[in-house]
Amino acid sequence: MSVHPWVAWYAFRRHTAYPLGAFTEGLTNTVFGLLRAYILIAVWAERPSLGGYDVTDAVTFCFLTQALLGAVQVFGGMDLTARIRTGDVAIDLYRPVGLLGWWLADDVGRALATLLLRAGPPLLTGAIIFDLRAPSPARAAAFAAAFALAVLVSFALRYLVALAMFWLSDDQGVQMISLVLTLFFSGMVLPLVVFPGALGTAAGWLPWSALIQVPADVYLGKRDVAGALAFQAAWAAALLAAAHLVTRAARHRLVVQGG
Amino acid sequence: MIEVTDVARTFTVRRRTGRFRRVRTTVRAVDGMSFTVPRGQFLGYLGPNGAGKSTTIKMLTGILTPSAGSVRVCGLDPSRQRTTLARRIGVVFGQRTTLWWDLPLRDSLALVRRLYRVESAAHRERLDELTALLELGPFLDTPVRQLSLGQRMRGDLAAALLHAPELLILDEPTIGLDVVSKATVRGFLERLNTERGTTILLTTHDLGDIERLCDRVLIVDRGRPVFDGDLPALRARADTGRTLVVDLAEPGPPVDLGGVTVARVAGPRQWLALPPDANPAAVIAALSARYEIRDLALREPDIEEVVARLYQGVVSPAAG
Repeated sequence: MSVHPWVAWYAFRRHTAYPLGAFTEGLTNTVFGLLRAYILIAVWAERPSLGGYDVTDAVTFCFLTQALLGAVQVFGGMDLTARIRTGDVAIDLYRPVGLLGWWLADDVGRALATLLLRAGPPLLTGAIIFDLRAPSPARAAAFAAAFALAVLVSFALRYLVALAMFWLSDDQGVQMISLVLTLFFSGMVLPLVVFPGALGTAAGWLPWSALIQVPADVYLGKRDVAGALAFQAAWAAALLAAAHLVTRAARHRLVVQGG
Repeated sequence: MIEVTDVARTFTVRRRTGRFRRVRTTVRAVDGMSFTVPRGQFLGYLGPNGAGKSTTIKMLTGILTPSAGSVRVCGLDPSRQRTTLARRIGVVFGQRTTLWWDLPLRDSLALVRRLYRVESAAHRERLDELTALLELGPFLDTPVRQLSLGQRMRGDLAAALLHAPELLILDEPTIGLDVVSKATVRGFLERLNTERGTTILLTTHDLGDIERLCDRVLIVDRGRPVFDGDLPALRARADTGRTLVVDLAEPGPPVDLGGVTVARVAGPRQWLALPPDANPAAVIAALSARYEIRDLALREPDIEEVVARLYQGVVSPAAG
């Protein structure tokens, strides 16, 4: 059997090794969820069917995305970045398996662990205080698929940002640009459905919408499931292909930092 | 086992010279390097910081591609056949770890089995053997982040050897270790080389490692070999001969013997520098005929000093 399931399993265990830390992060997500929810309720009170959502959709969107943001890591970052900066990546490059597959497996384990530990508090709190939409079993299954694809797209985007470290000596600029793009175009700041005109259309086609907006739409039944999953899968395939090419390029021009 | 022929590796470094101007300069980390290592040898690979040691190791393991020349390891081209080669060699980077920081050592070693696809029975046997030799037993179930540096290094050595590699490449494996840990690691490497016949390439700044372990020493400086030979040859390269330390009965002025210079005097103890071709027995005889001697000792040239001279280019660089 391939080593990759084991890498994912070890990453899962590593990220569940400190449950208390993850739980406090879940609480933070919950508090911000409440904040966002009241803002959205105020907005929808003014414009009751904004972007095709009613107020229940908007509040559900809010708590659902608070539950997902850790798993799809909208704030960016990957352990690989630091490993490239310090030169520890030499260990990863020397292994008899590829860099991309290894880190993808690691990230899948991380995403599942994070979902397990951090999704509960926001969803539970939201369901107790507000009236949230519950999906049918078929929708729930479609949502699970959309979530899996969101993790793939998120991984590929963050991996590409991390690999930029092979060419740059400092990653703060790239991280910052990536953070702003991700927060804004994923639907994390505001649901993309409220973006007007051409901006809204463009935002809907960019890869970041596959992280938050598309899974949430699948959950809420606002989108054709097959089309939504195809959209995510296409971005995942394109970005992973790009990640593969960039990995090869990095190997060729490699300077392992720190001797 | 290793064949390196006319290998060079250059890096392009961009340097700021003005607000927007950058100058590209080419740095030659390794330049015209050639050496071969036969199966079963224990090679010490020395050089000052920045001499190109790590770059060479990265080319041997296939992480870096040489800019020129050819590298063969186990008959393979490391950069093209990296994956196949990785299954046949073991590597330990002393300042980095392959172990999973948050998980017990045992789990990291289990992952190595999956990574190198070692049969379960063979794995258990090798793990038991390595556990005994490296004394891993007491901390197999401790998370790696709680291990001392010496324990972690032994864990890393085990991880590098579980797939029974033919060649072990060690990049400063004793860096930062205390004397006891160093002795354990050295004793283990010695057995691995003599009993298993594993070929070992060791880079180190610790000359104790070299003196204790290596059949052969290769010293590089500025990307080129400056010495290649065994330890006696290395000592002979130094223009300092041996030192005779004598304790006279009485403190006195430096002794007066033809051809021998007194390097130092401290009370009754004097340090006599013997020329490389001097016969110590004759010197001692001449000395005891004229002075009353309480004690004496003959010292080999200090290997540290020999190497320091080589690094500084005092000893003329020539292929050994």
